[in-house]
Formats: sequence, C-alpha cells, structure tokens
Amino acid sequence: MAEKVLMKGNEAIAEAALRAGCRHYFGYPITPQTELTAYMAKRLPKMGGVFLQAESEIAAINMVYGVASTGKRVMTSSSSPGISLKQEGISYIAGADLPALIINVQRGGPGLGGIQPSQSDYFQATKGGGHGDYHLIVLTPSSVQEMADLTALAFDLGDKYRMPAMILADGTLGQTMEPVVLPEEHVNVVEKPWAVTGTKMAREHNVVNSLYLVPEILEKTNNDRFERYKYIEEHEVRYESYMMDDADYCIVAFGIAARVSRNAVTALRKKGIRAGMIRPITVWPFPKKVIREAADHVKAFVSVELSMGQMIEDVKLAEECIRPVYLCQRSGGIIPSPQEVTELVEKLEGGAE
Amino acid sequence: MTVVFEKPHALTDAELHYCPGCTHGIIHRLVAEAIDTLGVEGDTIGVAPVGCAVMAYNYFRCDMVEAAHGRAPAVATGIKRSLPDSVVFAYQGDGDLASIGMAEIVHAATRNENITIIFVNNAIYGMTGGQMAPTSLPGQVTQTSPYGRDVLTAGYPIRVSELLSSLDGPEFIARVAVNNVRNVREAKKTIEKAFRNQIEKKGFSLVEVVSSCPTNWGMTPQKALEFVENSMIPYYPLGVYKDRSRED
Repeated sequence: MAEKVLMKGNEAIAEAALRAGCRHYFGYPITPQTELTAYMAKRLPKMGGVFLQAESEIAAINMVYGVASTGKRVMTSSSSPGISLKQEGISYIAGADLPALIINVQRGGPGLGGIQPSQSDYFQATKGGGHGDYHLIVLTPSSVQEMADLTALAFDLGDKYRMPAMILADGTLGQTMEPVVLPEEHVNVVEKPWAVTGTKMAREHNVVNSLYLVPEILEKTNNDRFERYKYIEEHEVRYESYMMDDADYCIVAFGIAARVSRNAVTALRKKGIRAGMIRPITVWPFPKKVIREAADHVKAFVSVELSMGQMIEDVKLAEECIRPVYLCQRSGGIIPSPQEVTELVEKLEGGAE
Repeated sequence: MTVVFEKPHALTDAELHYCPGCTHGIIHRLVAEAIDTLGVEGDTIGVAPVGCAVMAYNYFRCDMVEAAHGRAPAVATGIKRSLPDSVVFAYQGDGDLASIGMAEIVHAATRNENITIIFVNNAIYGMTGGQMAPTSLPGQVTQTSPYGRDVLTAGYPIRVSELLSSLDGPEFIARVAVNNVRNVREAKKTIEKAFRNQIEKKGFSLVEVVSSCPTNWGMTPQKALEFVENSMIPYYPLGVYKDRSRED
C-alpha cells in the first residue's frame, strides 16, 4: 500500500505528471495554478527534465506542440484567461493529431474576471475551444486524489488516441489540501512512428502538420478523426453514479460542484426526498447514456454549476427533453451551497415549477 | 561523365510552388547545401512557417513540423529541448517573424536557444497577395498601403538584425542577400556558419536574407533584383551584426 501524503491539488497534478513520465513542462505565471508551475520549476531540472517559463501562454503551448511532435510526454498548465490564449495552439495540436496535456485550473470570467473558482470554461473545454472541428478528452477531478489519478490517466488516453487531453479543474481544487495516495511511477510506452526524431537516413521524412489544401483530403482527415472520436465516446466515458437506483431527482454535477451536491443528496435523503447524483468524470466524452437511462425513472434533473449554466445544455441533449432540467448555479467565483441545492429540489418536490 | 552540378540531397524531388523569379528557391537550396555539407540531414528537424514558405515541409527531406503563424521559434524551442542533439532550424518570413511572431523570436534569441533561424525578408506579405509587412520600406506601395507606406500612420520598418543584436543572448546575427552571385556565395557561407554554430552548441544563430517578390512588388524578376540592390540593401545593410565567438 502506497503511503498517503498531504498535498495541494495543484501539486498533486504536478507530482502525478512526473510519475507518468512527463519530463517537459512549459508555463506562464497565472493565479490560481501557481503552485503547479513552481513545483515543476523545483523538480524538473533535478530530474534531467525541462522546465521553461515561456514569454507567454501562446509561446508555452507552441513549445508543447514542439515537444509533442517529438513523441515525448509534455504538459502545460494555466487558468482561464491563459487557456484562452492557448486555444490557437491547442487547435494545431488537435489538427496535427498530437498527444499533450493541458491543465485548466479555472477562475471566474469573462475577461480578466476574478481569481476565485469557476466552471465557466465548460463550453470552451468540451466543444473544441479553438477554431475548427475537434475535441479534447476532458477529465474533471473532484478531489485532490482525482487530480493525481486523472492526470496519469490523461497522459495514457492522449497517447492512446493521439489527441490533446485536458484536466478541467478549478481554483478550489487547485488550492485544497487533502490526503492523497500518489500513483505509482508508470510510463505506458506507446510506439510513435509518426514522431519527428530525425530520419537517421533510414526512413522517409515525417511531417507534423495540420495543413491540407485539397478539400477532399482535409475532409477525409476530419472524418477519420471523428471516427476516432466516435470510438472514444463509446469506450472512454467515465462517471460516478451516486444513490441513483431509486432516485426521483437526478443532480448532475462535476468537480467542486459535485462535492457540494453529494452533501445535498445526503441532506435530501434525510428529509425523505429520494435524490441521487450523476457525476461526469469525463465531460467530453459526456456520459449521455446513463443520463438518458435516468430519464426513464427520475422526475427531474438539476444541473449544479459554477457558471451561468453551460453543462445544462449537454444534460438536456442527453436526456432528450424527457424530463425537465433545472439549473442551480452561482458564478463570479462563488460556490453554490448544499442548502441552495436542497432548497431547489425541495421546491420541486413540493410541486413548484 | 562527370557530374558537375546536382540537386542537394536534403531537398526532395517535389516541384517548388514559388512564383517565377522568387528567391525562396535559392534560399531553400542554400539551407539544403548547408545540411548536406555538414552531413546532418538524418538529425535535422525543420520548422516551416505560415506564409509563402508554409509548404517547405514538402521540400526538405529531413523531418519537418509546420508551425502556427509566428510561433516557429517556440515550436523549435520545444523540439530542441526535447532532442538536444538534433539540429533544429526554423524558416520564417517577415510577417511571420517580425510582426505576429516578434515575441517568440526575441525571447528565443535572449535565451540563446541553440537553434538556427533563416529569416527571409522581402518587405511584403506574399502568400496573402501583397500586404504591407513590418519590413515594407517607407513609401512602399502595397495592397494595404495603396498610397505608399506612410510612416506617420503605419510606423517605420523594423530592422530585425539590428534589433536582435542589441540583446546579450544571441550567438550570431547576420544579414545577407541573394540578388547576385557574390551575395549568394556570401549567403551560403553565412547560412552554413549558422548551422555549424548550432552543432558546436554555441547557440542562437539567425541569418536574415534580403529577398525579393516580383509578383507582389509588380516588377519583372530582373527589376526586382535591382530593387533589392538599390532600395532594400541601403535600408537593410548587409553584414555580421553579432558574432559572440569573434568577440571572445
């Protein structure tokens, strides 16, 4: 049994990345993910790795693109405004079919917004974010333990499917200190015959590229990529189902909102209201099937979010408008309280619209 | 029969897409000759820009990466940091390097990133049809400066070699031209040096190549080369601007 250590979420991501064999990190200072960059600055040079504070988030993601082209594990981290700057590079990484890991420790927006926790980059993370048709694999931890576990998983999934992956966390999880069992050192070695490593005069040149000027060829690369996405939607959906067997009300929440919602479910059950929760762990691919199945037996859904309501759209699409979907939200860096969730569900139980 | 002239091995057999009279072809050849001479094709990774040379990845036989507009020095940094024993070069135009990518080139230079940059300055955005570039000359007529570049509203051209050589970081900064045989020979030597510096782990080496654009300048190839000699080179003087090994 590995030992438990007390760590901040931001540090747990950094340590898990190192244990997953990531030796290249490029970042730019931004709150509230600061500890992650600092951890990498301290550790990587002593491990023979590369830590580089880039001149901008734009440069950082393009350095990531460079390392990813050579087939090595690489990551960058930032928070919402910085992630917006990286979108161009993320689109190129997706377009060139490269694996890379991007961490978003979200803060409130839009614009400069605030530095308190938020989930308002959900659309950006799950619908592409940059230009063109593409997706990232998006994992949403809701504890420091999951910050570590999902980071290791994200590297494996990125390598397996040749695509960028994102950890969609928030300022609370980044700053929270909790006991964590760190993942074992593991490096899943995936063959990367496409990587640029020098031809050694022994093969044709490899080209890492996202430019296809012939429309039919560009369409084919898009179609091929979306075939892969379809497979991922069928095989890589992850979620937690909590007290859903007999639930009349299904709360859908991820990340820090799911922790609040878990308390709300307990409180509602004590009051005799049968509430349950589906907690997406992947928000792309979104757990559509389990939500659709829940629609057959629940009275209503409640999407709990730290935004003006973004995931609620995916909940509605997933449950195919069979049941009403309500929104319980706060924004600006404020976390909805368990009471706000329970009060909403109690009103619904009382017959309120 | 003796072979007296042949295509460098580091160039593929793909037909270049450049306009008649464009000097990109000469510059590609000089880069390929340097790679051949130094025997490093198998270890070389090139980074193509956005601009006229965007499809350079089809022309060089070494491994290639296509970068976003202006980001080639950052991409090259990532590649070089991942594979320190490889030979990494980026090939960039004036819009790419001196406008949208100014931050990336300045910071790669100040870090003395051990990479080679070939900077092709023809004072215009060629690929998009002839817009004003950061290096367009005062008074130069382009699609977006139809009355001539007015320095009062559009600012002055940027002399990249002079600017970068003001930094402590970079190893080697030089400006060459390819408008006549003498200048081509000098450019060949200089580009080879910029690659050799990298192999000897000396650091950031940039060669600015004053180039032409007959199509978008609206000139015959011959007139364009005369414009390089009579208008471009006086504004962008040729020479070595920084050579740290010579300073030591």
